[in-house]
Amino acid sequence: MKFLKYNWLYLLVSGILLAVSVFSLVKWGLEPSVDFRGGNLWEISFEQPLDQEKWMGFIKEKPEVTETQKIGTGNWLIKSSHTDLETKNSWEKEIEEGFGVFKELRFESLSPSLGKELLIKTLVSIVLAILGILIYVSFRFANKSFGVCAILAMLHDSLILLGSFSLLGHFSGVEVGSLFVTAVLTILAFSVHDTVVVYDGIRKLTRAYPKASFEQVADLAITQTLVRSINNSMTIIFVLLALFLLGGETTRYFSLALLIGTVLGTYSSTFVAVPLLSLWEKVFRK
Amino acid sequence: MRKKTSSILWLIFLLSLVSFFIALPKGFEKEIVFRGKVRKISFTRPDFNFNLGPFKIRKKLFLHKGLDLAGGVHLVFLAQMKELPEEGREVALASLRENIARRVNLFGVSESVVWVSKALNEHHLIVEIPGEIDPDQAVALLGQTAQLNFRLEAELPPEATMSATVYDLFSIETDLTGANLQKAEVRFDPNTSKPQVGLVFDDKGKELFGQLTENNVNKRMAIFLDNFLLSAPVVKEPIKDGQAVISGEFQLNQAKQMVSQLNAGALPVEIELIRQERVDPSLGADSINKGVKAGLIGVILVALFMIIFYRLLGFLAVLGLIIYTLLSLALYKLIPVTLTMSGVAGFLLSLGMAVDSNILIFERMKEEVRAGKPKLIAMELGFGRAWDSIRDANVCTLIICFVLFNPFNWSFLNTSGLIRGFAFTLGLGVILEMFTGIVVVRAIMRSFYKPKGEIKK
Repeated sequence: MKFLKYNWLYLLVSGILLAVSVFSLVKWGLEPSVDFRGGNLWEISFEQPLDQEKWMGFIKEKPEVTETQKIGTGNWLIKSSHTDLETKNSWEKEIEEGFGVFKELRFESLSPSLGKELLIKTLVSIVLAILGILIYVSFRFANKSFGVCAILAMLHDSLILLGSFSLLGHFSGVEVGSLFVTAVLTILAFSVHDTVVVYDGIRKLTRAYPKASFEQVADLAITQTLVRSINNSMTIIFVLLALFLLGGETTRYFSLALLIGTVLGTYSSTFVAVPLLSLWEKVFRK
Repeated sequence: MRKKTSSILWLIFLLSLVSFFIALPKGFEKEIVFRGKVRKISFTRPDFNFNLGPFKIRKKLFLHKGLDLAGGVHLVFLAQMKELPEEGREVALASLRENIARRVNLFGVSESVVWVSKALNEHHLIVEIPGEIDPDQAVALLGQTAQLNFRLEAELPPEATMSATVYDLFSIETDLTGANLQKAEVRFDPNTSKPQVGLVFDDKGKELFGQLTENNVNKRMAIFLDNFLLSAPVVKEPIKDGQAVISGEFQLNQAKQMVSQLNAGALPVEIELIRQERVDPSLGADSINKGVKAGLIGVILVALFMIIFYRLLGFLAVLGLIIYTLLSLALYKLIPVTLTMSGVAGFLLSLGMAVDSNILIFERMKEEVRAGKPKLIAMELGFGRAWDSIRDANVCTLIICFVLFNPFNWSFLNTSGLIRGFAFTLGLGVILEMFTGIVVVRAIMRSFYKPKGEIKK
């Protein structure tokens, strides 16, 4: 199959996705979760149906509350800034008087200073992880072009993943916390490993057919690895899809991030990493 | 070759059997309706007790559930030690931990944990109490600063001694408190070399303690920590130099524990609650149900996909996957791994990745067959050639798992349970996958995969 004939198409698709992602990231950024900014997260369930209008009115009176949202069948999520326990206890009383008995399912509270610390630690782990991957890639590919293109493909995946969560954050209030970062790092690894398999194919075939052009070798390598790449991703996508659709609330967006990342990683290893390499060959070899 | 393969196969079979036994739940009971009759299935797995030569292995095997699955409270306190001298901080922190652990034990939850974690330039004390407890009460009880005070024996009328509590008995309060105690330390009796507890008072404490001991020779003086009686030694003689020794039939660890508790009062550390997470057990149970359902459906989809796409080969890969799952569950119980919802996600992700090595091998095999090699040779070549790719594919994931899991507890990296849970199960999964994907599936294939046109050896 002549995959590289449509190079312009792959680069166009990636270009559009990247442009949208960067636009969204610059314009709206990411919505940090309680993990990073500090604050309270409270999930309660009422024994009796709730008068939603009255509830919204009640919430509006509390300047600390940033958001309330119905999740699942009848649970309510209340997000607020970091408060002391007394404030929370007084709210509990007011809610019980105004809306009846309720049950606390989950309460998370984090001071802003700890949030800042977690953010710093997260940034450090991102830097370390990327450093580790860089060392590995440079060790694995003595040839500079392979290493650089693998890293570019990895950046492509992470930027679009960040961009999609920026859009999700802007339009449906999805927040990013430490679990999201975990997902991004996992995807970095996945993206590189998928690319390595394709590049390995190219290297071996270059040795086997020294006279063939780069395009011919690359097309053959893609043909040989594409089925494996897609099949492997399919199995990962199956479990992640099940987890996203049926799993609990805590890991819903975590599995979505992994899911988007897996699809991106699979796409980029063939349709970004290889075209980039061929571009590199064209620009630097002539 | 055949012989070697079949012995590997037996080993794998044995390993799977042991894993299956470990992975089984402790007790199991279910009612099923079969042809209109209700039948009860129940069984109990015996505990893991056996003797291995001189070693007695006694292990209670169960899946340790993290807070988000079991429900409970997770509290992070910031230890404020700016006012303490630099050299006393280590001791103060250890004592704080000891004292908080003692308070946590009051809740009687056996799986509670208390540990100190070094943050960037602060110290955090982390408490986890699983199960159903009153979180407000826990916060209030644990958040107090330790208070150490010395009390004297009261003269009780003889008829009251029977019903008297330690608080009645030692009802005379003194001015001597933990603030006057400079430090406590373990010492050894120079004559008998038995462990003792030494107390060192500051100047004001020296004076107070001197007076108290002078007036109360041959009486008992009690030391209370948070209203909890630590010790009530008898004053043998007046002590004027501010250096006291509590001697008794101490074991070394008992002496150490008492020293920690005394120091908790001597070097009181104020703590501030900076993070709390409470999860109701019902929410945890709900997460487990959903996670198990999602996992099962995901695995069934993977199995179906493999069988439809690779037929017999796929079926063998699924066998490998089942062994992989059994081994993972057994390891979770043996290590033991505390499972959180993110850990379950890590396990499921590794499961999805686990068939990757099989797919790589099968695709290589197909290539070799296309190149005209007989199937059996293609199989061996496939395994050999795929190894490089399998190793490479997993190195990156392992690097990331290492950073996320932070095995050396580096203070500049995260210590969050959710992230570590994910990293650990994923990392363990990747390592196990290399074993099942290559060793196990190869052994199974060598024994059961007999394509037509086999070359006689």
